[in-house]
Amino acid sequence: MSVLVYTESENGKFKKNAFEVASYAKAVAEQLGTSAVAISFNADANNDLGTYGISKVLNVTSNQLQTFNAEAYAKAIAEAANKEEANVVIVSSSANSKYLAPILAGKLKAGYAPNVVEAPSNTTPFTVKRTAFSNKGFAHTEITTDNKIVGVSNNAFGIVENNADVAVEDFSPSLDDTDFAVKSVEVDKVAGKVTIADAEIVVSGGRGLKGPENWGMIEELAEVLGAATACSKPVSDMGWRPHGEHVGQTGKPVAANLYIAVGISGAIQHLAGVSASKTKVVINNDAEAPFFKAADYGIVGDAFEVVPQLVEKLKEFKAQNA
Amino acid sequence: MKILVCISNVPDTTSKINFTDGDTKFDTNGVQFVINPNDEFGLTRAMWFKEKQGATVHIATVGDASVEPTMRKALAIGADEGIRINAVPTDGFFVAEQLASVVKDGAYDLVIAGRESIDYNGGMVPGILATLTGMNFINTCINLEVEGDTATAMREIDGGKEKVQTQLPLVIGGQKGLVEESDLKIPNMRGIMMARKKALNVVEPIGAVKATVDNKFEKPAPKGTVKLVDSADELIALLHNEAKVI
Ligand SMILES: Cc1cc2nc3c(=O)[nH]c(=O)nc-3n(C[C@H](O)[C@H](O)[C@H](O)COP(=O)(O)OP(=O)(O)OC[C@H]3O[C@@H](n4cnc5c(N)ncnc54)[C@H](O)[C@@H]3O)c2cc1C
Ligand SMILES: Nc1ncnc2c1ncn2[C@@H]1O[C@H](COP(=O)(O)O)[C@@H](O)[C@H]1O
Repeated sequence: MSVLVYTESENGKFKKNAFEVASYAKAVAEQLGTSAVAISFNADANNDLGTYGISKVLNVTSNQLQTFNAEAYAKAIAEAANKEEANVVIVSSSANSKYLAPILAGKLKAGYAPNVVEAPSNTTPFTVKRTAFSNKGFAHTEITTDNKIVGVSNNAFGIVENNADVAVEDFSPSLDDTDFAVKSVEVDKVAGKVTIADAEIVVSGGRGLKGPENWGMIEELAEVLGAATACSKPVSDMGWRPHGEHVGQTGKPVAANLYIAVGISGAIQHLAGVSASKTKVVINNDAEAPFFKAADYGIVGDAFEVVPQLVEKLKEFKAQNA
Repeated sequence: MKILVCISNVPDTTSKINFTDGDTKFDTNGVQFVINPNDEFGLTRAMWFKEKQGATVHIATVGDASVEPTMRKALAIGADEGIRINAVPTDGFFVAEQLASVVKDGAYDLVIAGRESIDYNGGMVPGILATLTGMNFINTCINLEVEGDTATAMREIDGGKEKVQTQLPLVIGGQKGLVEESDLKIPNMRGIMMARKKALNVVEPIGAVKATVDNKFEKPAPKGTVKLVDSADELIALLHNEAKVI
């Protein structure tokens, strides 16, 4: 028996969420009195996973798997789970993990609990706490099948160091052409930009910014903070910003450590998608804006004055604290 | 092309969320139910395939009789026929098994579901359904074209998008982008009248295991009041010393 975790990498480098899900897998393995095994695809520094308590890594090296393919990855993970007799599989909440987890659930006949925010509260019955109703509630979900899949919410469990001796093994799943029936034609991704999913800090702008020409200060603020940029729905609907930046109930979910909302009123659908963030800051010139009720810190003021000041002061702060 | 749109019946996005029966059930009191927004985008794209490519559009919902008004709305938007699987949808795996059975019986070319239901946020029904039926699957789909047996789609990925291509039969998990907000249709009087006459067939569920059970619910802890500050310096100090996020 063991706990298997899918550790994501990009261009050979582990993503931050790989270390978070590895930490989570180790915690579950300890609860179950067993060990945590990782599966990685074309990753370079597999030994690094030992820092987070992983005792074995199944490393898949394959040209065919350079580009993510949900079906093929799910098949490989299912095969690894069978080989390791792992009946708990841990994945992240990235777009790729959310794509492959249900396929894996179908293959392993496993119950799947997504958006999980804590280590299991109990292992018999296996029970996890997860967000539901677009962050307006939590569910305590019991997974009743023998095989179980847990999707860990971003930035929820955190990265926990827990040194283990790690053995890295090559693993060659048996894949055939039918596993590649969905073919990637082209990936369109801005290089070197922090994504909303990976970001610890997200800076978001709303209709209060008046037009796309005013986004320079939002990007500057994001840059000093090493943050991703995001926007409210009308901003993307009007084409001020790309659709991929739209956050909220019908857009991307945000579970950052810090979310800064500039010129966003705080409509219920917007809040539903961002309220899993730990600390929320709102900058709005209307003291009655509903976002102030949902925020931790606020500045009532004109974004066109406050944001440039904040950028200047943050630069000073960063210079002193570097 | 024969299309099945899977419609999930969910609380309106503005609903207050409360729990009842000792926090074991979602309190539907005073809650308005609607077509899941992700499914509404999918249904609207299905109507495009109907108008432009002569597709037939069927809808399916797993639910008790209380979901019928939502299904009638989908018929009023233009779907041809509805199938209601008469079971309370408490578990994504169970729902996927029910829909898989309908899909196999109906020999659909394309199944359009949503990325996730906004109530239980499972995000799992289309993927499990695809695996159970052996159909190809594209998630977080933001654009879909079908030419003969070939589907070309755009999917949203973290930090960008990816163009993918595959063959029918296909299941997608759709979302905004499949159509624009402005393409969404409010049913007109004629649509509503016609929907009353359309078939809404009720079938009984097949035997299937439940893979997960939500035993208890909880509301987030009430939020403390916001700390208002006047200057950038003050904010930075709080973020650094108190919240410890910078
Ligand atoms: C089914 C459904 C789903 C939806 N999903 C989403 C979603 O996922 N995400 C989302 O964001 N919305 C969503 N919405 C839309 C939502 O209801 C709101 O319309 C939207 O969030 C408002 O965007 P906003 O805050 O940018 O604009 P507004 O509501 O117009 O707010 C602009 C704010 O800027 C402030 N402001 C103006 N000038 C300044 C200035 N100089 N300095 C500082 N502040 C200023 C104003 O006081 C105001 O509070 C959804 C709606 C529906 C019906
Ligand atoms: N009870 C249901 N009946 C029909 N379709 C459903 C049902 N529940 C979920 N779906 C479909 O599956 C998608 C994802 O739902 P979920 O996995 O519940 O988040 C929804 O957008 C619907 O298309």
